[in-house]
Amino acid sequence: MRSPGSALSFAFLCLLLVGCSRTSTSVKAASAADEPSANDSPIHKPAPDFALKDRDGATVHLSDYKGKVVMLDFWATWCGPCKIEIPWFMEFEQQYKDKGFAVLGVSMDEGGWDDVKPYIEERKINYRILLGDEKVDHEYGGIDSLPTTFLIDRSGKIAAVHVGIEKGKNELRDEIDQLLAAKDVTNARAGDPAVVAGAK
Amino acid sequence: MLALAILPSLLAQSSGVLTVAPLEKARVKRGDEFSSKIAVQVKPGFHVNSNAPEDEYLIPLKLTWSGPLQVESIDFPKAEKIKTPFQEKPLVVYTGAFDIETKFKVPANAPDGPNMASGKLRYQACNDHECLRPQTVDVNLSLEIR
Repeated sequence: MRSPGSALSFAFLCLLLVGCSRTSTSVKAASAADEPSANDSPIHKPAPDFALKDRDGATVHLSDYKGKVVMLDFWATWCGPCKIEIPWFMEFEQQYKDKGFAVLGVSMDEGGWDDVKPYIEERKINYRILLGDEKVDHEYGGIDSLPTTFLIDRSGKIAAVHVGIEKGKNELRDEIDQLLAAKDVTNARAGDPAVVAGAK
Repeated sequence: MLALAILPSLLAQSSGVLTVAPLEKARVKRGDEFSSKIAVQVKPGFHVNSNAPEDEYLIPLKLTWSGPLQVESIDFPKAEKIKTPFQEKPLVVYTGAFDIETKFKVPANAPDGPNMASGKLRYQACNDHECLRPQTVDVNLSLEIR
């Protein structure tokens, strides 16, 4: 027969276990920038196609950009660190747009174009901005942290993922250069992904 | 004894990098005015925007209540200004531990007996190199109305 004291202890133990499981959940959410395990890594995998609207209402698919190196940046107007990268991406777009490269910015703003359009205009963003949705969020593994940037090679495979600002402008430029230079290799071995050095 | 000591933290509501301690049950009468403080804890290294960020694009800390009580006021503490690498002007934020106080009035027609006021604390957190998407923490205030 369990004494009232031990029953109470058991109840607290149950609470402890429930509490721990809740804590684990919050820790997982809090460490969104943690590196994925090897099995979860999206590197080498085909970048999921999507159909998202741009500011003019045109539907844009990732597959429209097949054959190009794409920098797919998930961002938001309220994201401070994203402000650092946006001028870099504008520079990359300008520098590489005629060399088989494009930046696509996917805004995760809940307020939609009412929030995003003024921001694009204020900053004169020169690359294509799309409005994200739950589907693209889910298909790209759940975008908890912004910015999250995927570098996609010419064959449509993910070559690098950067969560938060973890690379400087020159390092990102080097990655783009590597992927653009991999053109011939990709063509020679159809389907082989290009992977940037040190990609996660 | 250990379990008793850690019980409050076990019942804390958490979402992402922000945790809210459980509120004490309020035993009140119709017509009473009373206040309740929410103890908030932000994970070290992160900040959340204040209730009145100076940049129009930033998402403010916001507390809303539903239930049988009338909300008289919600008082946020004085925020701190921090400099970040990504913002020319300092950001107006909360870090670490802080309290949010809500002043309630029990309406004359509030129902007798046990009840609940349900709060939702919406926040948006960042550190120096990333931002987390806006999240909401539920805050429950148990009531005994006489």
